[in-house]
Amino acid sequence: MTPSSQTKNLLKVHQVIDPEIEPNAGWGDLPIGGVIPQGGTARQFATGDWRTIRPVWSKEKCINCHRCWLYCPDISWISQDGKIQGVDLTFCKGCGICANVCPAKVHAIEMHPEDDFKSNEAAKEE
Amino acid sequence: MAMALEAQKTTALTGNEAAATALRQIEPDVVAAYPITPQTEIVQLFSTFVSDGLVKTEFAAVESEHSAMSATIGAAAAGARAMTATSSNGLAFMWEMLYIAAGLRIPIVMPVVNRALSAPINIHCDHSDTMGARDAGWIQIYSENAQEMYDNLIQAVRIAEHPEVLLPIMVTIDGFIISHGMENVELLQDQVVRDFVGEYHFPYPLLDIEHPKTIGPLTLQDFYFEHKREQAEAMQRSKAVITVIADDFARLSGRQYGFVECYKMKGAKYALVVLGSTAGTAKYVVDELRQEGEQCGLVKIRVFRPFPGPELCKALADIKAVGIMDRSDSFSTQGGPVFAETKAALYQASNQPKCVNYIYGLGGRDIEPSLIRQAFMEVKDLATSNAVGGGIRHLGVRE
Repeated sequence: MTPSSQTKNLLKVHQVIDPEIEPNAGWGDLPIGGVIPQGGTARQFATGDWRTIRPVWSKEKCINCHRCWLYCPDISWISQDGKIQGVDLTFCKGCGICANVCPAKVHAIEMHPEDDFKSNEAAKEE
Repeated sequence: MAMALEAQKTTALTGNEAAATALRQIEPDVVAAYPITPQTEIVQLFSTFVSDGLVKTEFAAVESEHSAMSATIGAAAAGARAMTATSSNGLAFMWEMLYIAAGLRIPIVMPVVNRALSAPINIHCDHSDTMGARDAGWIQIYSENAQEMYDNLIQAVRIAEHPEVLLPIMVTIDGFIISHGMENVELLQDQVVRDFVGEYHFPYPLLDIEHPKTIGPLTLQDFYFEHKREQAEAMQRSKAVITVIADDFARLSGRQYGFVECYKMKGAKYALVVLGSTAGTAKYVVDELRQEGEQCGLVKIRVFRPFPGPELCKALADIKAVGIMDRSDSFSTQGGPVFAETKAALYQASNQPKCVNYIYGLGGRDIEPSLIRQAFMEVKDLATSNAVGGGIRHLGVRE
């Protein structure tokens, strides 16, 4: 039997471990069944775009207790050399857990509506 | 090159025993199952093979059919050849997982012993369970008797796992009529079956930790449609593979299978289309009628998914009227599923015989030769008169 596009895809997956899937790939050029044939691809999918509120962090107030870093369900809080560096919003869905676990006396994280930032960004563009 | 047939042993087995024997010879890596009448015996016998050390299979007695199918999908995705078996409401309880197995392209082979769906509760044969699952993306092969169940299961492993296909397959027998009826079955030797099915190689085994991968991720408006398009093409490709595997199997066993089986269709003016055990009874009636000089024949559908439209049109190319028999109702008011699909296929045919639908045998209602003879005589009337076809009739129900 002549190998069809599917068999070719299987061979491609076996031989090439890190295939780039083109966003406009046709149905014959995709790994079957929606399989993602490589690891760590969640980094390529910016899931922060459905956030409606975002954490705003105060470097001055922060005591580096790392509760935000520990409790964040994603990998949004950045720590380096034992110090919190801030929040990477690429994957932040605005759940607010970080603001909630930040000690009440410290209050270094506040949640603000995204609309506030959108109007600022629009103003900048003008 | 002519090859010698493999030595075979004739043994008296029930349909369930034949299925369990096929499973033993296939020796899957994992079987996860839950009991339900009339399938229970298959996995009960198989679990005995496990306990007796006849197979090295990991046997998981799970808590439901939903779990049975889930565990089977998980094991197969990990890289194991995995199987399960079920009937009736058990199949219905697997529902969402059936679509997931097909969508993920997990090549599971599952014997299904046909039984009516509740309500009213009933443990006997009809095809409402597997016919309900006809659009789940599984290949469906219907067996007439215990021999066909055995032969179809062994072939199904090769079809499902073929790299051109990678789709799950359900192989059916009629509950009690075949599952608990004993007949002679020709068995291949264990090693012959083992060599025939070969090793399982899932292209994306999760346990291949050198190559991490995700199975079952989210795809939205951007990719879902493309994956479904490829799934449809896999079903189309399976037609060629089913034929190739049938030929391979015929060289071993001497038993040749197609999408449909034509019985005494040469010179036939009218015919019945059936699937499952009723084909056996209908062949007996065809023999009687042929002896009486009647020009009748029988077409048995073996593979229902993918639907053998062109093969049916060819089989029915020279006849004037056909009775299409359904052992389940779709409650669409357009007749049963075999009727609806056969009629749709005939719309493309150059010869369009008059059609009539016979819904019969629901909940295990006996389909006697006299009823099949009655159907043949009605179809003959349709073939030889000006009467219009298309009707739905209920065969063997009390008025």
